[in-house]
Amino acid sequence: MFPLKGMACIMKGSNLSKRNRVAYLYILPWLIGIVVFSVYPFFISFYYSLCDYNPLMSQHAFIGFDNYVKLFTKDSEFFKSLKATLLYTVYTVPSKLLMSLAIALMLNKARKGIGVLRTIYYLPSLFGGSIAVAVLWRIMFMDKGMVNNWLKALGIPTISFLGDPRFALPALSLLEVWQFGSSMVLFLAALKQVPNSLYEAAKIDGASSIKRFFSITLPGISPIIFFCIIMQTLNAMQNFTSAFVITKGGPLHSTYMLGVKLYNDGFKLYRMGYASATSWIIFSIVAVFTALLFLSSKYWVFYSDEN
Amino acid sequence: MRAKSKKKLGKIISYIILITIGILMCYPLIWMFFASFKTNAEIFAGVRLLPESFSFESFRYGWKGVGGNSYSIFFTNSFLLVVPTTILTVVSSALVAYGFARFEFRAKKILFTILLGTLMLPNAILIIPRYTIFRDFNVLDSYYPFYLMAAFACYPFFTYMLVQFIRGIPKELDEAAYIDGCGSFGILVRVLLPLLKPALFSAGLFQFLWTYNDYFNSLIYISSIKKYAVSLALRMTMDNEATTAWNSIMAMSCLVVLPVVVLFFLCQRYFIEGIATTGLKG
Repeated sequence: MFPLKGMACIMKGSNLSKRNRVAYLYILPWLIGIVVFSVYPFFISFYYSLCDYNPLMSQHAFIGFDNYVKLFTKDSEFFKSLKATLLYTVYTVPSKLLMSLAIALMLNKARKGIGVLRTIYYLPSLFGGSIAVAVLWRIMFMDKGMVNNWLKALGIPTISFLGDPRFALPALSLLEVWQFGSSMVLFLAALKQVPNSLYEAAKIDGASSIKRFFSITLPGISPIIFFCIIMQTLNAMQNFTSAFVITKGGPLHSTYMLGVKLYNDGFKLYRMGYASATSWIIFSIVAVFTALLFLSSKYWVFYSDEN
Repeated sequence: MRAKSKKKLGKIISYIILITIGILMCYPLIWMFFASFKTNAEIFAGVRLLPESFSFESFRYGWKGVGGNSYSIFFTNSFLLVVPTTILTVVSSALVAYGFARFEFRAKKILFTILLGTLMLPNAILIIPRYTIFRDFNVLDSYYPFYLMAAFACYPFFTYMLVQFIRGIPKELDEAAYIDGCGSFGILVRVLLPLLKPALFSAGLFQFLWTYNDYFNSLIYISSIKKYAVSLALRMTMDNEATTAWNSIMAMSCLVVLPVVVLFFLCQRYFIEGIATTGLKG
């Protein structure tokens, strides 16, 4: 207690502000970084999206909202792209969430072997957007690849995963869901935080295990669910590597996600103004979704310090 | 008695489910490992997991790379890209986190909100302007875009993570050191950093992995083959060998994945704790 009081005396007045002014020195790298590499790019990218901007021809003409109009009215690729991206998000985010939650619940109850199992489940998520697993996926899902060989061996008709527009996107989604490990670890940590006393009290009151799950477990881990939905949606909406490497956006544009379109428009055709407009569409969708989720959160996300 | 045996049955069923899913999840990686020893024909023939004979030919052939650029160059490049980026990230994030966690200054709240906001800012929207900025700096086709972003703490995840950790360290420790005549930098170096070691290590591990695995940024910033890191090299190998040497491609994929797996098994604790305490990457 004593040093605290002493500190308060020493640090009162000019000494305090002098000591604290040093803080700007510590955050200086970040201040520069955020201005040069985040804030400025954020605003300038909106300006680019209003321009016909080709860096190779140093062409830089302000054209208002023409890029957006073109995207929505003349570019048939755009709607396919939007559809693929939204479908990918709808396929992956809920299944990844349910998978990681279910496995975390089962692991949380198990006693023996939890360490080994946790390691196995976590391992794939280490590879993130790694090209190596994208290459692996491509070889596995080829017409004569490992997956089809197994289907044949089990007497199931084989599927042209990467050649059939109906199956290409699910095959990519599987790669994403395969990497549920990091959210599972988050859930495991959150489950440990739920106070045991609540469960015991509920048991005494005669609540069934289903009831206990919905009124204790789920509210207890709701902040993590909230966090996972936001981050996974953000990542899914920007997915690039798997679509670019495994299917190259095909077949018939069925996996031509917005990230791939952005790359092709911006860095292959050098239509950077047009690609910036695409990036703002991605941003708007993510922003609206996140805002809605934040608004809804007061009905279903419970923070323990509020109780 | 009945309830007990029911419970036991439930447990057995959940173990069976857990183990089955575990095997399914491992299978692709194990398959990749063995496929790299197979002949090309074997890879596409049947469901046999083990190769008929273990041949290292695919490794030898794959290592040669493309057009005289072997994988020794690509792995060296990866090292040159990843190690400085990781070190710069950890140093800059620690400094910034210290500033945010231990001082009161004007506009701190707004600045910290901005920091949190950038966590949710999609990279897609920044990539084109960043490309033009680095072009204007004349550092395209080098690793400087990565180094600069790391040095200027452009990875808010790590800053946020370290802020959380520093806040968990009792302030009395700083204050005791202050009374003993320690300056603010001395407090950071002598009091906080020793306590932060595990957190710094976690941050470093994740940054190492993400930079090593990263494909999109390398694709945009790096253009000459001599400077390719392994991620770009692997893609190039695949495009070059489209119909012929899948076993070599699998062999190289195995080698690319290997450092990640080794690192994970050596430092498992730091990974799991790193995620669990901060919620890195859903």
